[in-house]
Amino acid sequence: MVKNVSWRVEVDGSTCISSGMCAALAPDKFELGDEHAVALQPEVDEDEEVLDVADSCPAMAITVTDGEKVVGPRD
Amino acid sequence: MTTTSEPVAYPFNEAEGLELNEAYTAAREADGLIRVKLQFGEPSWLATRWADARLVLGDRRFSRAAAGEHDQPRSQPTASQQGILSMDPPDHTRLRTLVTKAFTVRRVEEMRPRVREIAEGLVDDLIAMGSPVDLVENFALSLPVVVICELLGVPMADRPQFRAWSDSALSTSSLTADEFEQNREELRGYMRGLIAEHREHPADDLMTALIEARDDHDKLTELELVDMCVGILVAGHETTATQIPNFVYVLLENPERFAELRTDPGVIPAAVEELMRFVPLGAGANFPRYATEDVEVGGVLVKAGEPVLVAVGAANRDRLRFDAPEEVKFDRDGMQHLGFGHGVHHCLGAPLARVELQEALRALSARLPGLYLSGDIVWKTQMLVRGPRTMPVGW
Repeated sequence: MVKNVSWRVEVDGSTCISSGMCAALAPDKFELGDEHAVALQPEVDEDEEVLDVADSCPAMAITVTDGEKVVGPRD
Repeated sequence: MTTTSEPVAYPFNEAEGLELNEAYTAAREADGLIRVKLQFGEPSWLATRWADARLVLGDRRFSRAAAGEHDQPRSQPTASQQGILSMDPPDHTRLRTLVTKAFTVRRVEEMRPRVREIAEGLVDDLIAMGSPVDLVENFALSLPVVVICELLGVPMADRPQFRAWSDSALSTSSLTADEFEQNREELRGYMRGLIAEHREHPADDLMTALIEARDDHDKLTELELVDMCVGILVAGHETTATQIPNFVYVLLENPERFAELRTDPGVIPAAVEELMRFVPLGAGANFPRYATEDVEVGGVLVKAGEPVLVAVGAANRDRLRFDAPEEVKFDRDGMQHLGFGHGVHHCLGAPLARVELQEALRALSARLPGLYLSGDIVWKTQMLVRGPRTMPVGW
């Protein structure tokens, strides 16, 4: 079995409230656009920081997936 | 640009009313940042423009934790260097993520029917009492207090007790440093008692969840647990309780906007966002951010170790960001107001506050369409937040 080390990071623009949380926590990975936040690195290697960011989003607008599996935000 | 000049006395805003002092307009329109001096602590830069405010609040080169190493500018004799608002990531992230889940948009939407039921019940009570009544005591305070007590697991019967402590926690110059400390310790002592009870009898509430995070997973210290619960209780109702009458006040001053809520309740969420933008809640700015390296803000080089205060109320009226900023209108798109702050300290309870404010306006506009001010408002004074202490209304 080939281990998939790449996670996908998505920001749902329709639920994002532009709190600035993600861009403040991980400025190399998220940026606030005119309308909402965007993921600067849509694919990242397994990364605790990006899970922290997804957990911290007050709108739960950030989803991290490993293939089909949602790994963040964590329950 | 602006060089270090003699700082001006701050805050600018009058405690009574919700006007934004014109000194803010002057500061926003001028080059650079101005220097201000609060009642306590060292002089500070003051950011008044929207872009500058977002930079200072959202950039990790500015630290709240570093304020603990300085004589930070403040309106209270004792520096509020406890709780998550005085932390930076990663400590801040560790504590905040423990409670984020309880306040997410999705979780809070599940609470909306209960919030609506409470709001409706309070309006029933108002109608039974008959006009005129004090809107603050009989509606604005009760709604968020009931909600946060149920969520956190605090008995409503204790309300008179924690109300006095909570008031004191937000007061500015009316208390001495000793009194302030004593008040804080009493509130902590009260919360320690509740935590002990919850350890004996776990319940389906946020306090129990936080206790489990400490006892089973060692995610936070006992003092952090206590201060988190205190912070949620105080911040969880005082601000919303103050904004409800503030919003009603602005709506009564703009009757065509109040009429809009009645004829089109669908506009209520947009109305809440606009009122969050429009109402300068704070008497001044507090909780300075310290630069950890030299950072240029609004044309000024803020040096490492210097504090910057952010005037959110002024930034929310920045004409560079908001069209006709002095007008109240509900058709602004994607405006990104800073009423809940910005960055890692963006209001933890914002989704809950939104639901409470929306349901408050919904119940009042639908059930009391003829709402009017029936006497003089008594305004709070010497508090971090501005708003009516009493607000007599009829309908």
